Amino acid sequence: MNELALLVAATLASGTPLAIAGLGLLLGEKAGVLNLGAEGMMLVAAIAGFGAAFLTGSDTIAFAAGAAAGAAMAALFALLAIGLNTNQYATGLALSLFGAGFSAFVGVAFVGKKLPDRAPFELPLLADLPFFGPALFRQHPMVYVAIALVAALAWFLYRTRAGLVLRAVGESPESAHALGYPVRAIRLAAVVTGGALCGIAGAFLSVVYAPLWVEGLVAGRGWIALALTTFATWRPARVLLGAYLFGGVTMLQFALQGAGVEVSSQLLSMLPYLATIVVLALISRNPLWIRINMPASLGKPFHPGS
Amino acid sequence: MLKLEARAQPSQAMSVASPLIALALTVLLAGLLFAALGKDPLKGLGIFFVEPLNGVRAVSEVLLKATPLILCALGLAVCYRSNVWNIGAEGQFLLGAIAGGGAALWLGHQGVGGPQGLYAPLVLLAGVVGGMAWAAITALLRDRCNASEILVSLMLVYVAQQLLNYLVFGPWKDPGGFNFPQTRTFEVATWLPALLPRSRLHWGFVLALVMVVLFWVFLFRSWRGYQLQVGGLAPAAARYAGFSARSSLWTALLVSGGMAGLAGAMEAAGPLRQLTPHVSTGYGFTAIIVCFVGRLHPLGIALAGVLLSMLLIGGELAQSRLGLPNALTGVFQGLLLFLLLACDTLINYRVRWKRGGLASTALPAAVVAKEGAA
Repeated sequence: MNELALLVAATLASGTPLAIAGLGLLLGEKAGVLNLGAEGMMLVAAIAGFGAAFLTGSDTIAFAAGAAAGAAMAALFALLAIGLNTNQYATGLALSLFGAGFSAFVGVAFVGKKLPDRAPFELPLLADLPFFGPALFRQHPMVYVAIALVAALAWFLYRTRAGLVLRAVGESPESAHALGYPVRAIRLAAVVTGGALCGIAGAFLSVVYAPLWVEGLVAGRGWIALALTTFATWRPARVLLGAYLFGGVTMLQFALQGAGVEVSSQLLSMLPYLATIVVLALISRNPLWIRINMPASLGKPFHPGS
Repeated sequence: MLKLEARAQPSQAMSVASPLIALALTVLLAGLLFAALGKDPLKGLGIFFVEPLNGVRAVSEVLLKATPLILCALGLAVCYRSNVWNIGAEGQFLLGAIAGGGAALWLGHQGVGGPQGLYAPLVLLAGVVGGMAWAAITALLRDRCNASEILVSLMLVYVAQQLLNYLVFGPWKDPGGFNFPQTRTFEVATWLPALLPRSRLHWGFVLALVMVVLFWVFLFRSWRGYQLQVGGLAPAAARYAGFSARSSLWTALLVSGGMAGLAGAMEAAGPLRQLTPHVSTGYGFTAIIVCFVGRLHPLGIALAGVLLSMLLIGGELAQSRLGLPNALTGVFQGLLLFLLLACDTLINYRVRWKRGGLASTALPAAVVAKEGAA
């Protein structure tokens, strides 16, 4: 029972960075921009966050640094993909490669460094509940922020005028442009905000989840977050669900090892990646389902007057 | 302010000039970075762009590392020209190394003997099959389930790395290797013969050059290559002409998987002669940059492969000579690709200086009026 509670807790913690990054990517994709640079943004933000936490000892500053780093990387992507109409796939890929190199370069100084211990987080009263206390209410605040973020993003996209405009830009930039909306400025805002969210997710990994820095710390989570948006057919609530699902799969390998299952740890480490592939294949099977839900201009550049 | 103005036709000259401009800008930024790090910029740049070419031995190392880059990038060029976004060459490379290494170990187990290189073709063939099989998973899921080849091929990189780890930490571990995660050293008969005496450069480099020519013929002088490229540039036209998109997808992925697998097996049977978890130092990812810098053209890829190989070696030298992290190479690689993409804008657009604020001539008058009122 107690072990199950810990597994649930670990699943929530492991799913949280995926959820936050997935929501950030969702925002950009709803505006029609596919940023394959998620992995790079998260890596650079992870080292920025870790560095800030190491130097200041403050989680808040670490998350701010991560968000700023993610936003800066996203702005670099936007400069090319939105400003200069470069191929979004290639540009995102460049961002991922650059982020991997840059974070490794900067991170050399922080390998093997430890962050100061922090007091465990507990929600008053609730944390003492049997089972539910250890399972749900002893998490880092960012875990709850991720849940609130889902609600906030759903509200923004589907209940506000700005959200409607953003979705219109993603569905038909030509129409939005004809109506007088600044398509490229809206895309820029969506991509940079999404980058900041990816940055917070990256900082969560290095500052709270790991908490340490090694080269390639993000280990493909940026790519899994990209797969999540497809898995969720671009709905915020389903991104959260999918993130917890993948978080659970990641934790399953440790649970299996703990239970004494005789499978090598290397084979078990394949699980999250294999799960992503399987889920992606299952969800994409119905092309109509994807086409209805996918923002129609996703990945296509827009140049006014061309 | 500066405005982009669409060209009537893509500029051929800019297409060639763009990688050179990007390289020049990368060198400039690299110099600034060295200065910012408190190192002599000229010395730093020398380590990346002059030292690797200093002497026969140094050049042979550059060509050694260029070999897998060129092979992987040739395959990727077929993919990208067909608009198939295979970014998992790294995984296909690893599977090639696993399959080739497995074949070499098996041959050794059978007790094969003979001169160096007698069984190397078998090892390389196994690598090709391994890489193809790995790419076939991506092709199958794209074909049957419509799953994004970008994400599937990338996820398979992580799976391939774990598979390699499993083998060298587990069943394939050398019992006499002091518990290091590595296989036995392969038998001499399965090694790739050296091309030059006292250098690690092997005959794989010559094979890579042959492949450059073969791929040029395939892309620009064969009916199949033509079909692939039409499918990439204009899917509707390809459909109308009766070219099968499915067969293009499979061809592109199998060709690129086979090439990456070949490169992986060469790495195993060439300089390494055993398998370790670090068979690849990111060759499959660097090859993506080689492919773009080389303009998806076999000749360009050969040149870009040498350039990126110099950057790899420069990074190692910078670590030993200047005490800078090896990861500097990754920074330069990323910068080069970014700058290349930015410069490529000049192929389709002209930069013009326009007076008068944001209101461009492209906007309808009503929009301008609305923006003015707001």
